[in-house]
Amino acid sequence: MAKGDPGSTTRSRRAAPRSRKGAVGDPELVQLLTPDGERVDSVTGPDGTVYRVDFTDEEYRGLYRDLVLVRKLDAEATALQRQGELGIWASLLGQEAAQVGSGRALRPQDMAFPTYREHGVLYCRGIDPIMPLGLFRGVDQGGWDPNEFKFNMYTIVIGAQTLHATGYAMGVAMDGRTGTDDGEAVIAYFGDGASSQGDVNEAFVWAGVFNAPLVFFCQNNQYAISEPLERQTRIPLYQRAAGFGFPGVRVDGNDVLASYAVTRHALDNARHGQGPSLIEAYTYRMGAHTTSDDPTRYRIASEVEAWQAKDPIARMKAFLEKQKIADADFFAEVDEQAKRESVHLRERVLAMPDPEPTSLFDHVYPNGSPLLDQQREQFSRYLESFEGSAH
Amino acid sequence: MATETLTIGKALNVGLRRALENDPKVVIMGEDVGKLGGVFRITDGLQKDFGDQRVIDTPLAESGIIGTAVGLAIRGYRPVCEIQFDGFVYPAYDQIVSQVAKMHYRSRGKLRIPMVIRIPFGGGIGAVEHHSESPEAYFSHTAGLKVVSCANPQDAYVMIQQAIASDDPVVFLEPKRRYWEKGPVDVDAPLADAYPLHAARVARPGTDATLLAYGPMVRTCLDAATAAAEDGRELEVIDLRTLSPLDLGVVYESVRRTGRAVVVHEAPSNVGLGAEIAARITEECFYSLEAPVLRVTGFDTPYPAARVEEEYLPDLDRVLDAVDRTFGW
Repeated sequence: MAKGDPGSTTRSRRAAPRSRKGAVGDPELVQLLTPDGERVDSVTGPDGTVYRVDFTDEEYRGLYRDLVLVRKLDAEATALQRQGELGIWASLLGQEAAQVGSGRALRPQDMAFPTYREHGVLYCRGIDPIMPLGLFRGVDQGGWDPNEFKFNMYTIVIGAQTLHATGYAMGVAMDGRTGTDDGEAVIAYFGDGASSQGDVNEAFVWAGVFNAPLVFFCQNNQYAISEPLERQTRIPLYQRAAGFGFPGVRVDGNDVLASYAVTRHALDNARHGQGPSLIEAYTYRMGAHTTSDDPTRYRIASEVEAWQAKDPIARMKAFLEKQKIADADFFAEVDEQAKRESVHLRERVLAMPDPEPTSLFDHVYPNGSPLLDQQREQFSRYLESFEGSAH
Repeated sequence: MATETLTIGKALNVGLRRALENDPKVVIMGEDVGKLGGVFRITDGLQKDFGDQRVIDTPLAESGIIGTAVGLAIRGYRPVCEIQFDGFVYPAYDQIVSQVAKMHYRSRGKLRIPMVIRIPFGGGIGAVEHHSESPEAYFSHTAGLKVVSCANPQDAYVMIQQAIASDDPVVFLEPKRRYWEKGPVDVDAPLADAYPLHAARVARPGTDATLLAYGPMVRTCLDAATAAAEDGRELEVIDLRTLSPLDLGVVYESVRRTGRAVVVHEAPSNVGLGAEIAARITEECFYSLEAPVLRVTGFDTPYPAARVEEEYLPDLDRVLDAVDRTFGW
């Protein structure tokens, strides 16, 4: 898997920042791979940080493989929902590069706090991709062990996890686990909608005041269900960081290389004790908010088409082809692997057993509760009363 | 055995100090808990002795206090959060109800949130609005939380340590108007031998009717029982101590003997703790009851202005009036 070179920590003002037009303001976008698949050697962020990556060919191919697999598994989940096998699904379509780039930038000791759409980060953390499908199928509400995989449970209440990440990061600092190359850092995922939440703004305050080793990673996918970015903010989101006293940067969230470089740089700053920062990964939710949503009611086709031209996988494929880093056999093999894994995922989802009815009483409290013991016992007897009857 | 005479407030302070000494993972966090020692001085002197990494003055945002405490708990800490006043807990309500309460359940036991949320609660101190509320029903209604309240210095000292040692998230309700009440505290008794956290206890034995209370109303009921005794009526007073889960075994035993029960709390009656307790007593003690279970509570109004709070709050006379009514059935 891609390890690559962390974004250079050297600061230089020689190269002028790039300017690109965005939905709000005139964003400075850190980009290392253009939509046409052209590599940019390095780019200077708004605070003078120079971002670059130096991957081996194998690492470049690894990132491409991640992107394709993550998209394919996501598409399979959407299909499973359409066939009634999942109650709902929150697709990451379009956001693969932001998630794989940031997910691969995490070092093993780093802790992540996701929303409910971070299937790509989850994949990078080595968690069985069936886990979130259990959640959306309704057989579980959590799944993986957050401490084992250093990836917390999904959080559905918008923005609540940013405070958890902040507290966890405070604990990292209190444990003396910052200030060295092998220090720990924490990343909090959230979206443009969440940026309006009180909890997110409180997390900004806390992280700044306590110098928490934390990266706020905002995937600005332009929509909070139907509400466009302009309903959440009148300045570019990354600029909010300045008011809280830490750096903010906007990265091309459809560029896996830049997403990686910017995140790795911010995480390494955090682990070295330099405190929090905010990354705004500028991207686009190509699909619906969830399978229950109908985006044709609130956005026009031409907008979606414009973003289609910035597709994160197409540009990576173009780059690999142009640079002869990968050939047709490689692309075919990756597609084959993705197909195989999605079929396997489907088979396992269909075989997922429903939980035992009385399991709903489990784990309410670590030390149990007499009230629940009584209710479980009464409910068990009630269920037993049907045994042998036709009902 | 060292028995000292302490106020409830000081007993809590000594209990917190003991918890900080015994477990390096215990951290106290809240508004003004550091140099000031809290607006009620419950954390007085603790930051001076344990440092600002263990007794943390937080920014003024209650959701932030509880939300960051969740993260600290996941990291392996045991946060003890102070909410400055009952009426200020609501900004943290989402974090408490949707996050703190559900983490263990959602993770099927993989995550524990051993957090204590201390809330000075109830009225009677002549305060401005939002400083006298009784929010216990909200939290008792929420699966995944445990809710307790202490009513005397000995319990304050022991229960706060038990709550901190518990792996459950515990909402710890402190009877703020009783902070200055004094009583004996055995500060050397081992925690392991202490009376259990989630257990009710008879505070005064009696034979004629049972009064049920917790927190600040235990003192009111004890005073009522003293007054009733002068009139020849022996009231049993039970300090419920644990509101979620309720521990009603001792209550059923009492009501089966006395045949009469009156539940007393400051919170409004509508869908309050008294309703749940009355329903359960009725289910378990139906044939022993000489009268319906009655409730003496605050009224179903917002907490009123201080100059009329004595009318709002249950007092000795209203309690005895209810007892009289159980005898008139």
